[in-house]
Amino acid sequence: MPKLIKDNQIIDDNWIVVDADFEGALPEQPAIVPLSYWNQNKASLSARSDIGVWLDSHEEPSHIASDLDSIPVVAINFPKFADGRGYSYARLLRERFNYKGEIRAVGDVLQDQLFYMKRCGFNAFAVRADRDIEVALTGLNVFSNSYQAACDRNTPLFRRR
Amino acid sequence: MYKYDDYDRNLVLERVKQFRGQTERFLAGDLSEDEFLALRLQNGLYIQRLAPMFRVAIPYGMLSSVQLRNLADLSRTYDKGYVHFTTRQNVQFNWPELKNIPDMLESLHKVEMHAIQTSGNCIRNTTTDQFAGVFKDEVTDPRPYCEIIRQWSTFHPEFAYLPRKFKIAVNACPTEDRAAMKVHDIGLELVKNEHGETGFRVFVGGGLGRTPLLGSAINEFLPELDLLTYLEAIVRVYNQHGRRDNKFKARIKILVKALTPEVFAQKVEEEWQHIKDSAAKLTVEEINRVKGFFVEPSYEDITSSTEFEEQLASNKAFANWVNRNTNEHKIPGYSIVTLTLKKTGIPPGDVSDDKLELIADLADKYSFGEVRIAHDQNIVLADVKQSDLFAVWRKAQTAGFATPNLNMLTDIICCPGGDFCALANAKSIPIAEQIQRRFDNLDYLYDLGEIELNISGCMNACGHHHVGNIGILGVDKKGQEFYQVSLGGCSGKDASIGKILGPSFAREEMADIVEKIIDVYVENRTAEELFLDTYRRIGMTPFKERVYAKAH
Ligand code: HEM
Ligand code: SF4
Repeated sequence: MPKLIKDNQIIDDNWIVVDADFEGALPEQPAIVPLSYWNQNKASLSARSDIGVWLDSHEEPSHIASDLDSIPVVAINFPKFADGRGYSYARLLRERFNYKGEIRAVGDVLQDQLFYMKRCGFNAFAVRADRDIEVALTGLNVFSNSYQAACDRNTPLFRRR
Repeated sequence: MYKYDDYDRNLVLERVKQFRGQTERFLAGDLSEDEFLALRLQNGLYIQRLAPMFRVAIPYGMLSSVQLRNLADLSRTYDKGYVHFTTRQNVQFNWPELKNIPDMLESLHKVEMHAIQTSGNCIRNTTTDQFAGVFKDEVTDPRPYCEIIRQWSTFHPEFAYLPRKFKIAVNACPTEDRAAMKVHDIGLELVKNEHGETGFRVFVGGGLGRTPLLGSAINEFLPELDLLTYLEAIVRVYNQHGRRDNKFKARIKILVKALTPEVFAQKVEEEWQHIKDSAAKLTVEEINRVKGFFVEPSYEDITSSTEFEEQLASNKAFANWVNRNTNEHKIPGYSIVTLTLKKTGIPPGDVSDDKLELIADLADKYSFGEVRIAHDQNIVLADVKQSDLFAVWRKAQTAGFATPNLNMLTDIICCPGGDFCALANAKSIPIAEQIQRRFDNLDYLYDLGEIELNISGCMNACGHHHVGNIGILGVDKKGQEFYQVSLGGCSGKDASIGKILGPSFAREEMADIVEKIIDVYVENRTAEELFLDTYRRIGMTPFKERVYAKAH
């Protein structure tokens, strides 16, 4: 089974991430569906408690703001690790829309990005399959403090100094 | 000068460790070229034509003598014994080895320096006026605000992977703009409102490169406590909406232009409303804490010295230098000295290790142990007693830093070009030298008055050619090096982007071309006019006609 870093631990990941162009019926398994699929099947999907939604890097979280109560997992795709839009999306989900569920980074997710992702509100990381997830885990803790306020600590250093 | 506390020190040290690990993983093959590229760029490391190039941050241009000596040491130990000061108030090493970079960082860390975010698609070193804090006209010292921005932007988790690089400049001087604020992604102008409160006029969307644009004002008065939340709102809007499909259209200037500044401002305002009263809002205590690092040094009470007046009267060379290379200081009896790095035959901005140490000695002896780096690639001793000027001049002269050409035609801003840079279309250093050799008569130079001439080796505009009164750009025509000339650029208060004169020229023609341009100016100027004024009055045509006139 694929592995996932969640809440600072490595766990088995039993969610499948459904492709962007998927059509038809979902398998009986916890699934993270693309935004378009969610929009088309919202009525039936929101009854299930094991359906998450993933946003591609150009899909802002405001699209699902009103559905967030019934979505246990929001995944944000990083088509390339250098596409930084997802960092803003995660902060908006946590800080603007008060989302308390899982925010998962998927796609080109690498060790050296994890610390920043965590600060922006991600709590789950599907590290790219060709990388050692144990090693990647160390990426969560490279810095012991930070200047700015963000989701992990909402007071900036200057208010704590 | 700002002093690190344990928090700052620890963060930089953790970065050194992180980067050492990343370098080791790359050398061991565990990180791909591409992955390492993004990481090393956020740490100032380019892979260049001849060797890596390593860029170290000089936050808002301030350096202590201890830091200068450290740079000299590093250049001796790990490089070829010289460093290069850039138009971004940074310093570059042109020949280090990749495997030594972590050790260099470790050494820098000991003197409170780093290479964090000196390149890459993140918020870069914030720059300001090299005369900050000592110039009489300024609204208030901009450096504490720069330091506050430095801390906010350092390892900002949300903005490490922006669509493109991002640069902020702060100017606090109502009469002049030595920070080139309007050609930055964000330009901040310190102002006071009618109640005497401090705030910022906020410009966005300036920048050079392929599409040169001036920033537009999107906020006429941002109260100082709102600085960071407002910056956060701007960069967040850009991060989400900036183009990522085309590297050449990814800068914030393209977004601002596409949306119009008004619409962009609205989006920022909407975003800002959500965060403006969060804990991220600045506090008076914090501003005061940081201001505490930039208090005036212990100036002496000076009654005017007759000796200085006599030195001026009896030594024309000294008087020229004082006249040209020093500026009025806000404290009577002191002067701001600019050491020019523009001696003919030495690439603009280059300084050798022993000369760095000499500057450190000058700073210790005459200027409270501090120097500043100017965006025009010169070095400033900001607090020199007038009675010491003669001694400083003597020493600067011996070292080659006293060429009295500050802001003159030969005070050329010049990128490294084809001699060092893998991206260059043409060399630029030899062009600078050719022009400096042609205009080597100081009396004539003084008669011409202030003229900014800037040279870039390619469209990236590292030498700011778009905002030179005369700009020279290296272009490639079928594998041959040519040079395009533009006129009328200006990076100051009344900033403007230069206009292209016409078809480009061969290298050996460049001094002749510049001379013809200068001739047209001399023939047309009125008594008080600087080059830029004349150009603005008479327009491009007379210059064009002269330069492209058929030989008889
Ligand atoms: C030798 C290695 C260098 C490389 C590879 C390099 C690379 C680049 C690139 C790719 C850009 C374009 C960015 C854009 O499209 O906006 C750029 C812009 C720039 N660089 Fe460099 N550069 C180098 C050296 C320098 C030096 C030595 C200076 C200062 C003397 C400098 C200062 C600048 C400035 C001021 C810009 C202008 C950007 C703007 O405002 O749009 N660079 N550089
Ligand atoms: S302008 Fe071009 S040639 Fe000059 S340093 Fe920049 S990238 Fe290199």
